[in-house]
Amino acid sequence: MQSFDFVRPSSVAEAVAALGAEDAQPLSGGQTLLPSMKQRLAAPAVLVSLSGIAEMQGLRREGDSLVIGGATTHATVARAARTDFPALAELAGNIGDPAVRNRGTIGGSLANNDPSACYPAAALATGATIVTDRRQIAADDFFQGLFTTALEEGEIVTAVRLPIPQRANYQKFIQPASRFALVGVFVASYAGGVRVAVTGASGDGVFRWTEAEAALSDRFAADAVTGLTVEAEGMIGDLHGTPAYRANLVRVLTGRAVAAAG
Amino acid sequence: MTKVTLTVNGKAVSREVEQRTLLVQLLRDDPASGGLGLTGTHVGCDTSQCGACTVHVDGMAVKSCTMLAVEAEGAAVTTIEGMANADGSLSPLQQAFQDHHGLQCGFCTPGMVMTAAALLAENPTPSESAVRYYLEGNICRCTGYHGIVKAIMAASGQDMPAMAAE
Ligand SMILES: Cc1cc2nc3c(=O)[nH]c(=O)nc-3n(C[C@H](O)[C@H](O)[C@H](O)COP(=O)(O)OP(=O)(O)OC[C@H]3O[C@@H](n4cnc5c(N)ncnc54)[C@H](O)[C@@H]3O)c2cc1C
Ligand code: FES
Ligand code: FES
Repeated sequence: MQSFDFVRPSSVAEAVAALGAEDAQPLSGGQTLLPSMKQRLAAPAVLVSLSGIAEMQGLRREGDSLVIGGATTHATVARAARTDFPALAELAGNIGDPAVRNRGTIGGSLANNDPSACYPAAALATGATIVTDRRQIAADDFFQGLFTTALEEGEIVTAVRLPIPQRANYQKFIQPASRFALVGVFVASYAGGVRVAVTGASGDGVFRWTEAEAALSDRFAADAVTGLTVEAEGMIGDLHGTPAYRANLVRVLTGRAVAAAG
Repeated sequence: MTKVTLTVNGKAVSREVEQRTLLVQLLRDDPASGGLGLTGTHVGCDTSQCGACTVHVDGMAVKSCTMLAVEAEGAAVTTIEGMANADGSLSPLQQAFQDHHGLQCGFCTPGMVMTAAALLAENPTPSESAVRYYLEGNICRCTGYHGIVKAIMAASGQDMPAMAAE
């Protein structure tokens, strides 16, 4: 790992100021960033730790939404969202392994936008709002392809506001070596309709499966999607699964998610 | 360099570290080069995959190869060296690893014990599947895991014959 300067501010305002330095980058749980730095895929000159910022920690209910601080760990979400949003608690509790969940954070996961990460599917399927130090970004505008988001240089995800669905479920087909999603599907049903977000499958990262949304908004039943097909073109192909295999998994997991959401 | 002050196995320690020093380096490095010389914590992969480096930070299992030492400022860290009884004898969990063939070469064992201790603190009588699930991030190249799972079940005071034989 190349050397860097390290600061650990105690407020968002101080963190934003520190991120103004050349080649400065936020460090949250470090479960992605530190391995990347060891491999020299990242070499920031300044690391700005978000772990000491109290205002970025924890969960709170705001009307029909759950607001989660950007530096809240997966383990905390798994514990604290159980009553308000059980499908999200379950998603968080199935990320990686216990040690990863004790450090990794929701803000880090969303900012990183790994094409196989779990939280982007939840954010997109719930039509969440990503709250930053300077603005609010709709999930539909936030995810912009592989490891790419709407975030500007030095912009911090301070919180995420997720509208709580009436029914929801996340189905993750685990890639056993990495423990990320080979394919993951989040289905969320609201009074106004159903949203379906897919991770792990597309080469462009998380996406909404709009045909399934239309079919499920019409009739919320697992067999409502059995007749639909997902194009294999554009899907990830690697030694763990061909594009056609992933495309099929999208349909199968959507059906399972609907069945499990009840 | 930055000064970091923390508690390790109940003792307050303070060291000057480079910003990029990993927690596992601070723990393991020779005292002559600024470390604590606690080599019980192992580095297996150094890529956040194997769990050999698992320690407790404020009671939570953490991969010490994937945390900066400076991030442990003010924290209470427990390593495998802090797990034995006060008289130096093995704790019941450690003894169970010995009794139930929970180790062969022993390389993964410090991480396994730390992860198991975190599990039992959260859930004192886990099911067999809960044990296997919790060990997801700890890799063992020798035992085939069965002895490890048995050891943890035994340490939790649960019925061993109920578990399938190896
Ligand atoms: C063994 C292993 C298994 C894993 N399995 C899964 C899995 O199954 N599913 C899954 O979804 N993930 C998985 N992960 C990834 C894990 O969830 C990471 O914790 C997460 O992707 C990144 O969060 P972090 O807090 O660790 O961020 P960091 O590693 O600290 O940062 C990641 C990136 O985001 C930036 N960043 C961090 N926080 C913010 C913020 N608040 N605002 C703006 N930018 C920010 C950083 O600068 C960096 O570029 C796994 C990781 C490991 C090591
Ligand atoms: S050495 Fe830390 S996870 Fe393998
Ligand atoms: S006992 Fe050898 S790696 Fe587990």
